[in-house]
Amino acid sequence: MNNPQLNEHGELQHLLSTEGLPVRIMRDILDRASTFIGTTEHKEIKKVPLLQGKSVFNVFFENSTRTRTTFEIAAKKLSADVVNLNIGSSSTSKGETLLDTVDNLCAMHADMFVVRHSTSGAAHLIARHVAPEIHVINAGDGSHAHPTQALLDMYTIRHYKQNFHNLRVAIVGDILHSRVARSQIHALTTLGVPEVRVVAPKTLLPSHVEKLGVRVYHDMEQGLKDVDVVMMLRLQNERMQGALLPSAQEYFKYYGLTQERLALAKSDVIVMHPGPMNRGVEIDSSVADGTHSVILPQVTFGIAVRMAVMSTLAGTK
Amino acid sequence: MNIHIKNGRLIDPKNKIDAQQDVFIANRRIAAIGTAPPGFAADTVIEAGGLIVMPGLVDIAARLREPGYEYKATLESEMSAAVAGGVTSLACPPDTDPPLDEPGLVEMLKYRARSLNQARVFPIGALTYGLKGAELTEMIELAEAGCKAFSQADTPLTDTRVLLRAMQYAATFGYRVWLRPQDSFLAKNGVAHDGEVASRLGLPPIPVIAETIALNTALQLARETGVTLHVCRISSAAGVDMVRAAKREGLAVTCDVSLNHVHLTEMDIGYFDANCHLSPPLRSLRDKAGLRAGLLDGTIDAICSNHSPVDEDAKQLPFAEAEAGATGLELLLPLVLKWAEQERVPLLDALGRITIHPAQLLGVKMGHLSLGAHADLCVFDPQAAWKVEPAALKSQGKNTPFNGYEMQGRVRYTLLDGQLVYQG
Repeated sequence: MNNPQLNEHGELQHLLSTEGLPVRIMRDILDRASTFIGTTEHKEIKKVPLLQGKSVFNVFFENSTRTRTTFEIAAKKLSADVVNLNIGSSSTSKGETLLDTVDNLCAMHADMFVVRHSTSGAAHLIARHVAPEIHVINAGDGSHAHPTQALLDMYTIRHYKQNFHNLRVAIVGDILHSRVARSQIHALTTLGVPEVRVVAPKTLLPSHVEKLGVRVYHDMEQGLKDVDVVMMLRLQNERMQGALLPSAQEYFKYYGLTQERLALAKSDVIVMHPGPMNRGVEIDSSVADGTHSVILPQVTFGIAVRMAVMSTLAGTK
Repeated sequence: MNIHIKNGRLIDPKNKIDAQQDVFIANRRIAAIGTAPPGFAADTVIEAGGLIVMPGLVDIAARLREPGYEYKATLESEMSAAVAGGVTSLACPPDTDPPLDEPGLVEMLKYRARSLNQARVFPIGALTYGLKGAELTEMIELAEAGCKAFSQADTPLTDTRVLLRAMQYAATFGYRVWLRPQDSFLAKNGVAHDGEVASRLGLPPIPVIAETIALNTALQLARETGVTLHVCRISSAAGVDMVRAAKREGLAVTCDVSLNHVHLTEMDIGYFDANCHLSPPLRSLRDKAGLRAGLLDGTIDAICSNHSPVDEDAKQLPFAEAEAGATGLELLLPLVLKWAEQERVPLLDALGRITIHPAQLLGVKMGHLSLGAHADLCVFDPQAAWKVEPAALKSQGKNTPFNGYEMQGRVRYTLLDGQLVYQG
């Protein structure tokens, strides 16, 4: 089976998932991102003309402010023309199919699509459909993948920990519904992290999750013991309706990240979160704002990483 | 019209014949096997040297999409697909729109099918009105109109008491109940087997226990009511084990599997291939092995196409939003041949799974070439290699997970009631 992300020369054609993304491409993206950030501690991102004359369409079938905004900033820093489309939750609600929408946007001479959709596989479908000169970036599809989030997380880890091969990383929370977690797991294992843990109650873990190459913990204290990195996930409120959890309070009591629990990790642990955070549900404010938190730098790095992805794709014939 | 099918290798599983034998057809019936009956003069001679002559295929699950879903397929398109696949008898599930819950609908369907003069259509009646799982249909009336069994198609009956009553009532009159076991709560919103692939792709899962829990209920109710139960489209190794145990116990239970599940697994979904969005879902390698073991030891009686043509637009969607189903009528024979070759099953046994066994499950007299039987036949070239190309399929449904597969075995002639209805 052909890897739908790569062209026949093994170059990045689309960014759809961190699964099957070759380690050399992953490293290239991280290296390239660091060139946009520069060496100053201010982390000011330079504007470059790499996408001059190109049109980037942010097509969001599912609402998101943060991800869309960071993509927009990234594209503008690359001097691209940016069009934002919030199509809402369902393309079919207006009677137009997803691919009809895409065809129309192609006719408007889009060079690159940044797509978010509530259904797993939507970005793959679009990537299969568009002409070969058009690139697709998956900005989140259902519970499947959110590769740019995972790449910016990898950038953040590398920034603080220098390399991956001696790390212990815990991903905590709703793994079952999380595209972020799936993309993080593939990225971490691809980059050679020897121990990736997932920490959650059984109701929030997909079946056979261990086959993704992770160790499963149901006990938060054990799961956090001696880790270098804690990656928290957002808990959606609707999980309470699906009989997956009894209450946000009980969840916080057993799986919330507090100072006491964080003390079980290594002394130089970093705490990450893809945002938006639910303070007091998955993470205590004192941790979110504390000295171990790298949550805001993640957002800044996210712009550079998205620039790196877009410019890599633009360089692919 | 008298037809002489000459020099072919005759395989008739019911009569355990696998030999070089000529077939003689007169008055729409099998007049003789081997030597011509006295005074026989052929109007047509079919030269079948190098070909296999067998009873027309009996497919116990083929959706024709009429009434109600003519945009997906019509009787005309699907009947021509049937005979192109050598299928001369087929049973259609009741999930049409409206469902087959009234005798008038069944009679209309039978009339429409008969007037096309291609394959025979045996409707499966709805077990409950509108398949809603609340009120029983008029089973006697429906049976008189031509329904061969009663089913909920893919709509699970959630109210166990209604299911008990339906089985009691059906058992009273000796009607067969066909159920596809799936717990509707456990399968809710699910689109793929709850396994490695669905977990990786973030697809809403359907666990094996959705099948086994519903199957357990159905088997217990069958034991209680004495109904003749047919388990449709079994998909899991655990389900096969349960049917095996039930048969050993002596319950009147039979079972079929779709050709998709004989050949494919969750791995075939690859990168969200919507052609592999099927109901029931494709399961694990271990499940496929369990299904094949069930076929080998006879736990699974029949293989069906589970032909479910879907219009193109309904598949051009993200996997979970795409409609489940695949075309299959034209692939049934070559995929059974492929399975037989892979598992070294003698053709006499393999072809029984698509002729006499399914005919017996339906309670119809087709699926064999005994003297005096209806002359429904399929003559195929076992050596002919071809590649599945959706555009070349007769079915209006062009979606198949076997797109691009190399097949061996191609139908050359299909005869229905002693008349040539397809030549390829």
